[in-house]
Amino acid sequence: MPEIDFSRTVVDMQKITKKFGEVLANDAIDLTVHKGEVHALLGENGAGKSTLMNILYGIYRPTSGAIFINTKPVQIPDPNAAIARGIGMVHQHFMLIKPFSVAENIMLGREVVKKWGFLDRKKAFRAVEALSEKYGLKVNPRAKIQDISVGMGQRVEILKVLYRGADILILDEPTAVLTPQEIQDLTRIIRNLTAEGKTVILITHKLGEIKLVADYCTIIRRGKRIDTVKVADVSEQELAAMMVGRPVRFQVQKKAQPKGDIILSIENLQVKDNRGLPALRGLDLEMRAGEIMGIAGVDGNGQSELIEALTGLRKVESGRILLKGRDVTHLSPKKIIHQGLGTIPEDRQKRGFVGEFTVAENMIIEKHDQPPFSRRGICDFNAIRQFAKEVIRQFDIRPTDENYKARELSGGNQQKMIIAREITNNPGLLIAAQPTRGLDVGAIEYVHKALVAQRENGKGVLLISLDLDEIMNLADRIAVIFEGRITAILEAAQADKNIIGLMMAGYDPQKQAEPAVA
Amino acid sequence: MTLKNKLSRQWHNKKHFLDHTIFFTMVSIFLGLVIGAIVLAVVGFNPFEAYWIIIKGVFSRPKYIVYTIIKAVPIIVTGYSVAFAFRTGLFNIGAEGQFLIGSITAALAGYFLHLPIVIHALTVFLLAVMAAALWGGLAGYLKARFGVHEVISTIMLNWIALYLNNYLVMLPSVKRPHAEASWNILDTARIDLFGAWKVSEAGMAWRLEHPFFHDILQPEINLGIFVAGLLGILTAFVLNKTTLGYELRAVGFNKDAAEQGGINVKKNFVVAMAIAGGLAGAAGALNVLGVARESVNLANMEGYGFDGITVALIGSNTSIGCFFSGLFFGALKYSGAKLQSTLGAPKEIISIVMGTILFFVAMPKLIQLLRSMRSQKKKETTGV
Repeated sequence: MPEIDFSRTVVDMQKITKKFGEVLANDAIDLTVHKGEVHALLGENGAGKSTLMNILYGIYRPTSGAIFINTKPVQIPDPNAAIARGIGMVHQHFMLIKPFSVAENIMLGREVVKKWGFLDRKKAFRAVEALSEKYGLKVNPRAKIQDISVGMGQRVEILKVLYRGADILILDEPTAVLTPQEIQDLTRIIRNLTAEGKTVILITHKLGEIKLVADYCTIIRRGKRIDTVKVADVSEQELAAMMVGRPVRFQVQKKAQPKGDIILSIENLQVKDNRGLPALRGLDLEMRAGEIMGIAGVDGNGQSELIEALTGLRKVESGRILLKGRDVTHLSPKKIIHQGLGTIPEDRQKRGFVGEFTVAENMIIEKHDQPPFSRRGICDFNAIRQFAKEVIRQFDIRPTDENYKARELSGGNQQKMIIAREITNNPGLLIAAQPTRGLDVGAIEYVHKALVAQRENGKGVLLISLDLDEIMNLADRIAVIFEGRITAILEAAQADKNIIGLMMAGYDPQKQAEPAVA
Repeated sequence: MTLKNKLSRQWHNKKHFLDHTIFFTMVSIFLGLVIGAIVLAVVGFNPFEAYWIIIKGVFSRPKYIVYTIIKAVPIIVTGYSVAFAFRTGLFNIGAEGQFLIGSITAALAGYFLHLPIVIHALTVFLLAVMAAALWGGLAGYLKARFGVHEVISTIMLNWIALYLNNYLVMLPSVKRPHAEASWNILDTARIDLFGAWKVSEAGMAWRLEHPFFHDILQPEINLGIFVAGLLGILTAFVLNKTTLGYELRAVGFNKDAAEQGGINVKKNFVVAMAIAGGLAGAAGALNVLGVARESVNLANMEGYGFDGITVALIGSNTSIGCFFSGLFFGALKYSGAKLQSTLGAPKEIISIVMGTILFFVAMPKLIQLLRSMRSQKKKETTGV
């Protein structure tokens, strides 16, 4: 554990208030961070933690309050001013130029030049290498961004910030996109940073990683600072309760469920991606009613293409998909829906709902042309509203007004709306793709309960998630997807998280064993 | 959550205020007229005098009002066409060509078919709508099948329609002798009111006794405006109340979500463009059946379809909006022409006024867009 220098306060935000119009996003928040400390900002979505950090980074100006950096009062009108004061921010969405090399990306805006304005690549490479070595980042400065993994991309972002001389690093939801191994690496990197006297502020709503790396944690709820605690002194449950304002149950309660008939059977499925390259290379999978099958994998191993092939949105090159024993391989999305498939799409803003439609109109998107919602081609808006009202009540969607436009709902309620719609269609198989991405603890609990309820009703649930914890927690069986194939299927009860993590990265236990035998 | 709800509630109210489209359109019209006045003043004309001439030119005599309406009918209906496409997420620049296809079909069927009165007009109208629907649907098909953007295909189809019109008009059996135009349509196909009677002896005698009606009957008074009204109601009904309209709107707002929900997006491209085309064709048919009675050999586009874009945008893509913005535009076009004869002021001033209004009408949309973009950005940065 690196030493925290309590005599040196590097960030001191006092009574920071930020109003957006009438809305208080930050209400007199105090935040004190010492040199060498990893300080987590914990809060639900929309609690105001990102707003606070955007104020520190100069993206927003506070309505009132004072900021002290190294005990000096400062104004931070824009990110350049923040960078000049040694504050750097690594955003959730990377801002890297893909065809450029790592070093080129890092020196962008601070190019190392020789005489006549030519780029001094060698010097830049050396500088990046030196930095990378110092903090154990293991980044190859010559690699092109398009060829490196997401975790590596994040390290490049961290290097970019260090290169600009940051002493205070703000990491915004850094683990959202990482595999378990990459998360471990990141933890190590954060420790290296603090060992070298850097200070890290971590924006997150994941409790596990706070316990893992943070020294102190400030909990923000609805724009107010609830408390600042020493992480070692509190449990995850206590943190969650402070964040949400009520006790939260983590472990999903699952009853033993007799497995039913085979509901989905995928045989040798071959599908191409958007660039016309093979994305699924002979994928086989079989699952039964009454079980949750989790697909674990690193993003980009064919998950999206699998979902689209199953829902009829993507052309199947070869192979078969059987739903309840019926071949649905080349059917239209509508016919597949009628065969009993429901989908919680991966990208809910894009595919999940029509933002300009009301909640009521969104509720009937798959059945808008069926009675009672449509008779002789005319919509019955009374029936549609009645139905929506009932569903809104049953699934606790807020606000409880079916005439609200879908885009005006919060992310959690938008997801509730989608889930409510899909479940009321009573599908034999429900595909849940990233069902809790970007949701807060309360909403996650809700979504997980809904999925387990489907299972207990004897339906099948195909859970595709990048969050391995979620899969471990929910699934009965786990299928690992790697480069367009299912490489292993394991019983969740006996699965080892680390082994799955390795398998997600392409490790094959049998193959590894072979040379040893020979 | 509550914070978020509050945010969205507040956004709701603000949007509510911004949604007072009529208010914004009125302000835009006012600003457009102000800018027009400034331009007039700069080039040395008295803007008050000019606007007074325009107002008088529309309202001072009953027949002026009739002329205004006649001028407005085709652009009201091409406005519906463009608006309908907009509502389904498509930009129909092809109303011009679809209008021509409708009018040439009407001119041919109006002359070559021999049918009883009423039935003839109805048949011609429906044929023209169908032909133009095919023309518009072709652009939709090209988009669905080959991914050709409708803006590109409809612009090209406009030119094809223009030269097809000219070719057909100049065919020996179609061309009227000593004219660069087709034969006039038969009387059975005409939809003008009191056409034969008003020039008959009895009619003339009656008109002499009733100077007000005499005045009204001077222009080619016809059923066009009523048909335009009906088409507006029909269009709004299809879009807002039918299952087809639900699908079209869903595709227009978010085709990815519509596709996921089992709606056939490609089919909807074709249907939407066919309906838009049919509407523009109806405009062409109304013009031939009610006013022109012929198709002429055109050197260039007439602009009915392009005016329809202006009408649709000022009318915020609703039927009722198009109806009134079409009337307004029609009035300016008709009466603005009088500026030239009375003041010697260029009639192009009307284009400046319309363009400026359009500019300002687009402004609240622009502001809304910026606001929604900003709120979305905010959403992202607050981690929602």
